[in-house]
Amino acid sequence: MRVMQVPRVTKILAALLLLLAPLASQAAEVSQLVLDAQEQRIVAIARATQSAVAVFANGGSGGGSGVVITPDGYALTNFHVVQPAGNYMKCSMSDGKLYDAVIVGIDPVGDVALIKLLGRDDFPAATMADSDAVQVGDWCFAVGNPFLLATDFQPTVTYGIVSGVHRYQPPAGTLLEYADCIQTDASINPGNSGGPLYDARGDLIGINGRGSFEKRGRVNVGVGYAISINQIKKFLGCLRAGRIVDHATLGATVSASDDGRVMVSNILESSDAYRRGLRYDDEIVSFGGRPIGTVNGFKNALGIYPKGWRVPLVLRRDGQEQEIHVRLTGVHAAEELLHLMTREIAPEPGPKPKPGRPLPRPDGDQQPPDKQPPDKQPPDKQPPDKQKPDKQKPEVPDHAKPHAPPVPPEIQKLIEPRGAFANYYFNRLNRDRVWSAFQANGDFSQATGSWKFTGELQGGGKLLGGGKVEVTLAGDVSSGTFPQGAAKVEEDKDLDQQLDPPGSGGLLAALHLWRRMLVDGPQKFGEVYYYGTAPYPQVGELADVLVGIRNVAETNFAFDPHSGRLAALEMSIAADTDACEIRFSDYREVAGRQVPHELEVRQGETTVAVIRWSQVELALAPEEKP
Amino acid sequence: MNVPHRLARAVRRGYTAIATTLVLILLGSPTARAQSSFAGVIDQAQPKIVKIFGAGGLRGLEAYQSGFLISGEGHILTVWSYVLDSDVITVYLNDGRKFQAQVVGMDPRTEIAVLKIEAGSLAHFNLEEAVPLETGHRVLAFSNLFGVAVGNEAASVLKGSVAAKTDLSARRGAYETNYRGPAYVLDAMTNNPGAAGGALTDRQGRLAGLLGKELRSSVTNIWLDYAIPIPEIAGPAEEIIAGKFRPMPRDEDAKKPKEPHSLALLGIQLVPDFLPKTPPFVEGIKPDSAAARAGIRPDDLILFVNQRIASSCKQLADELTYIDRLDPLELTIQRGPELVEVTLEVE
Repeated sequence: MRVMQVPRVTKILAALLLLLAPLASQAAEVSQLVLDAQEQRIVAIARATQSAVAVFANGGSGGGSGVVITPDGYALTNFHVVQPAGNYMKCSMSDGKLYDAVIVGIDPVGDVALIKLLGRDDFPAATMADSDAVQVGDWCFAVGNPFLLATDFQPTVTYGIVSGVHRYQPPAGTLLEYADCIQTDASINPGNSGGPLYDARGDLIGINGRGSFEKRGRVNVGVGYAISINQIKKFLGCLRAGRIVDHATLGATVSASDDGRVMVSNILESSDAYRRGLRYDDEIVSFGGRPIGTVNGFKNALGIYPKGWRVPLVLRRDGQEQEIHVRLTGVHAAEELLHLMTREIAPEPGPKPKPGRPLPRPDGDQQPPDKQPPDKQPPDKQPPDKQKPDKQKPEVPDHAKPHAPPVPPEIQKLIEPRGAFANYYFNRLNRDRVWSAFQANGDFSQATGSWKFTGELQGGGKLLGGGKVEVTLAGDVSSGTFPQGAAKVEEDKDLDQQLDPPGSGGLLAALHLWRRMLVDGPQKFGEVYYYGTAPYPQVGELADVLVGIRNVAETNFAFDPHSGRLAALEMSIAADTDACEIRFSDYREVAGRQVPHELEVRQGETTVAVIRWSQVELALAPEEKP
Repeated sequence: MNVPHRLARAVRRGYTAIATTLVLILLGSPTARAQSSFAGVIDQAQPKIVKIFGAGGLRGLEAYQSGFLISGEGHILTVWSYVLDSDVITVYLNDGRKFQAQVVGMDPRTEIAVLKIEAGSLAHFNLEEAVPLETGHRVLAFSNLFGVAVGNEAASVLKGSVAAKTDLSARRGAYETNYRGPAYVLDAMTNNPGAAGGALTDRQGRLAGLLGKELRSSVTNIWLDYAIPIPEIAGPAEEIIAGKFRPMPRDEDAKKPKEPHSLALLGIQLVPDFLPKTPPFVEGIKPDSAAARAGIRPDDLILFVNQRIASSCKQLADELTYIDRLDPLELTIQRGPELVEVTLEVE
């Protein structure tokens, strides 16, 4: 009997609920919680929608979504959205206006592109959240341009929950690896690519970019993926540099042991990780401060870093844990990535008409003809754009082509495709910004004479011990006296043959290049470009990094973004040897210029020497040679 | 009995009191909490969800599915599928622990299977505590769809609501399914590859259903997202655990008759046995044989022999050696989406 009664009770309750529903909604105090929640949702969506961008390729052939992240118009989207669009595009926003936009930087592996919208310095920018705090079950919503519906400039909002966090989605082809991404059941459809995924407050947690598809055609099946905004924060400095940014590899592969630990299964002897002491069969305990429990966990931890960063790694061998700091190399050889890019993004110098490109047709009848399983495809990777062989393009009759309007001349000035840069214009912009900030602490361009330093080795250095140090830096030849003896560097010879004093990795050569950079500046030093931002221990946050190539050395100059001062330099002579690193501190004024008076010289994990200058002389004009 | 009494009193006191009572029911603190995030609810449910890896791997045949724990001793409820046609069925718990699972048994009518892993004190759903759902109720679906999660990675969670409560048999002819009972049709795309066997809960994380296999209408090509209400399968699941539909092993003491049945004697020729566990599909039938008289046809799949599982050609042949040829033989056969029971007698 009891069992029989349950449904009856349920029915009575349900009937009462139905009868009372209108009453309940009329009672204001009743629904206030619901109304509040609804109001919060409306406010969040209204705010977040303002920052969303609909990206249309110039000439109206294809497009996607994006989101503005700075008031001066920097916006994020997917690489696979801008790839067919080229380096100039039109972006609409919910204010009903159409903005010109240019490409800034791209991360082809991570499927991220940074573009800059033009014409305002008060764009409604999205607030970037801490995406590591996102939990499965949190409400979230996507704003974007699915099926390119935003021809009325109004974006589409789709609501859902976070279905998974720290997901790893393997590369689609050679590129487009989604590490550490956020999975959502908010509808992510073709055209949503590049658009924002927001948390319930309307703060940016990710960039939507792909989904799992299999049997139901190329539309959302409840499984979309967004690149985490925390990963993008790490890449942002490099993207602003106008570069084609590569992802990182450790130079080692890992696999799971039978008991589930993550072990090094292979390692390149030429890798920085090997020089730091990582060996075959070492267990990887943590990477970048993140505990590693699975192979996917390691791929997630690694996949969020740009090439060139130095990241802490804790290994375990024979029960002993050891922390090392590994400089990450690129996933691709520089030429390889460049080749992929030059092949896939051809610079379009002039107003040449482009062949016709149908809008994305997500009706499932355009199965990509390549061998990728469909679920590895980004949702709006447009088969007609990317997969139609070039030779087919001329078959489109000329009169059928939508003629892309010419790039306006004032915008053309902001576009400089060059080599390994998506847009060199932005690299020069940042290089000059960093150098101007540095020069505010002292202009060394007139100090062309020899620079004399006298000082003492402090405790703490392992190799050079204590004693007096004298260094004279000058234009072509620098010299010094160290406890190990006299040393000299001549620039007309290769620097890799002049690495004195012994055991320092080339301290005198590094100091020589340091003076050279300060006197000559980035324009005369050699080939100097802005790398972007990277972590340096002595800079609280990320440092601005210039890379200068001179003689046979590639030298990184790391600047404190707040003070503008040079915090460190790292001189690399060859790919398979440790760089000589100098960390500068105790800046004091000499002849009206800020000069560091303490140097920590490091190589690998070792502090080679700590030098304190007691006397510094900068000669303004070169002395006459005897 | 308290609830109707309370409501009756409330009716006497007037609508305001009823409204207040309902508000308390509807907007209790768990519900208000759930408005901001389901993270807490999901954290409670995730340890009960498992990832199952077995046979498959060919295109369109994923080698994985989902399941959930229904006892602290390691019983796992999932759907019966080709994934379980493997000597090695690997189960990953939410915490990353890996086990080899045994098939306790399966019920061909509801297409469920119960697995067992050797572990104790496990977080689990209690089938008896499953909640009923009505159309419009909001739900969460836990599964390892697309095999997104491996190792200690958590299953995927989708939100949705019950769009309809109906019988799957209403779609007979359009959807190929053995299960014909009531189903929750869902408005979320829950039944993706690998999702079958996952858990459907209400938004408090209480178990309500088992995510079914992928179903596509042969008429409209529409994919159906649905779950089987737990009351429909709790009985069969208990029966499996209690010993019905058990596969091997058989008692070592069991005696074999001197003159048992054999496939040749019955007139059944099976498909070539070239896999470790070749499913016992009928290849051909000898005219005028016992099998022919019973109406067995080529392409029939033999599931049970006298209520005992025959999951492979080898096991079927072995099972027959325990049955005296003078005794009648009951076979449960799958023919397309139909289940057929036949009795064979050798003259």
